[in-house]
Amino acid sequence: MNRGAFVWTPWAVLGGLLAAAAVSFAYLGVDFVALLSGESARQMAAFAAGFYPPDATPEFLARATRGAAETLAISAVGTLLAALIGAVLALPAAGRWGAVLKPLARFGLNFLRAIPELVWAAFMVLAAGLGPFAGSLALALHTGGVLGRLFAETLENAPRAPTQALRDAGSGATAAFFYGTLPVVLPQYVSYVLYRWEYNIRMAAVLGFVGAGGLGQMLYVSLSVFKTHEASTLILWMIAIVAVVDVLSAWLRRFLGRSGA
Amino acid sequence: MSATPAAALPAPRDPALGRRVGLAVALAVVLWPAFEIAEFNPATLVEPQNLEMMGRFLGTFFPMALGADFLALVWASALETLALATAGIALAIVLGFPLAVLVSESLSVARVGPGRRAWLGPVLRTPIRALLILMRSIPEIVWALLFVRAVGLGPAAGVLAIAINYAGMLGKVYFEIFEAGDTRPARAILEAGGGRTSAFFYGILPVAVPELVSYSVYRWECAIRASVVMGFVGAGGLGQQMELSMRMLAGGEVSTMLVAFLLLIFVADTVSAALRRLLV
Repeated sequence: MNRGAFVWTPWAVLGGLLAAAAVSFAYLGVDFVALLSGESARQMAAFAAGFYPPDATPEFLARATRGAAETLAISAVGTLLAALIGAVLALPAAGRWGAVLKPLARFGLNFLRAIPELVWAAFMVLAAGLGPFAGSLALALHTGGVLGRLFAETLENAPRAPTQALRDAGSGATAAFFYGTLPVVLPQYVSYVLYRWEYNIRMAAVLGFVGAGGLGQMLYVSLSVFKTHEASTLILWMIAIVAVVDVLSAWLRRFLGRSGA
Repeated sequence: MSATPAAALPAPRDPALGRRVGLAVALAVVLWPAFEIAEFNPATLVEPQNLEMMGRFLGTFFPMALGADFLALVWASALETLALATAGIALAIVLGFPLAVLVSESLSVARVGPGRRAWLGPVLRTPIRALLILMRSIPEIVWALLFVRAVGLGPAAGVLAIAINYAGMLGKVYFEIFEAGDTRPARAILEAGGGRTSAFFYGILPVAVPELVSYSVYRWECAIRASVVMGFVGAGGLGQQMELSMRMLAGGEVSTMLVAFLLLIFVADTVSAALRRLLV
């Protein structure tokens, strides 16, 4: 393509997107101008102003801190269980247990992955009752699907030679896996797990909206009873967690990158 | 006697045993409080009450609800999800684009050379940057919950939530695209005495536009996924209907809507991938 030529495609796509947006606004039939002006704008401003100042009473701060700890715990337990589910399902999904189980395991992983965490959480609240355990299970199921797929890819790309050498020397299949394959794939597994854990911390903060514990459940309850001061403390906690995780993971990535891992 | 029976050999010690056991113990100690706090208790899964509830619910998953009226409702909800994601992303582009331009430093006159009011740029850029961070660091579903409280149940809350949250993300990424592209044309225009507006439209935008549009399309796909989930807090679309059916433990309806959801995501993925292939 000639450097000076005008490129049409992006503008056409943008035009299409804007046309689709016009159709969408018409379909929704919501009068956003009326919604964001006049009386309703004043009500919204009053609602927003109600969030200041955040509730900083020691009792509430203690409860909010407990909620934040619960959120972190949900993410850690959920990610760990997910790693176990993923590690087990990755074996058949990588074809290690025969050609019959491979498509079945792949289907199972895709199914786990396709259902969003929040929908799993709504199911798990029915299965395990309200509270953080339901949140951990929801993260475990969705993330298990994600990690299983990533682990299976890692297994398929792992060199076969060490395992084969152990097998040829008369080792059993299990021992050959643990000493020939696992050490090769483990660093990659760990880096995937850490990456999903980071993501799950954010997710765990909002899973509570359907009753699965943590900061989300507290925020949902606070907003339901219009305790907006409490709500703003909880939202600040969420922002703080996300910011800290961002900084830590950037630091960890640089650190791991430097050590060559 | 050619082969020695395995049992007769002295069992070799696992060379990695110490490290492996140590690591497992350390992990267990670190994670123990997490299991406590998360109320980890698999026994609740087999409590008769929960088991019966889940069994009854799952038992109703089949047959799926396929009545004409219900399918019409699912179709309308899916369209609503699609519409609210598209409307939301359009507002996010309209909101995020100017913010990205404002924080962009390659348009800074102060970098060309000393000028009057050189201090003004950073002073104006910092609060806008903080605003973008605030918009994107509150998750979209929290925005949705806030807007449901502010403007009531329904798709309007979803549109506004996507608009705010995604404007924060788009603003940041647009800004990065402006900075990462070749900024020399813009600089040349500024140094030759051209205005900032022409430097942007003739120097930066032409280089950046394919990437801007490609990223926006990718975000549109994400917005569809997100808007299904946001429905669970009452922000309209397929999610809101799914939440209602779940609350009534109508498994057949839930399974139909899950299939509709997966189809919707599949279509959005395919369209978005095709469009982005066109762009690169």
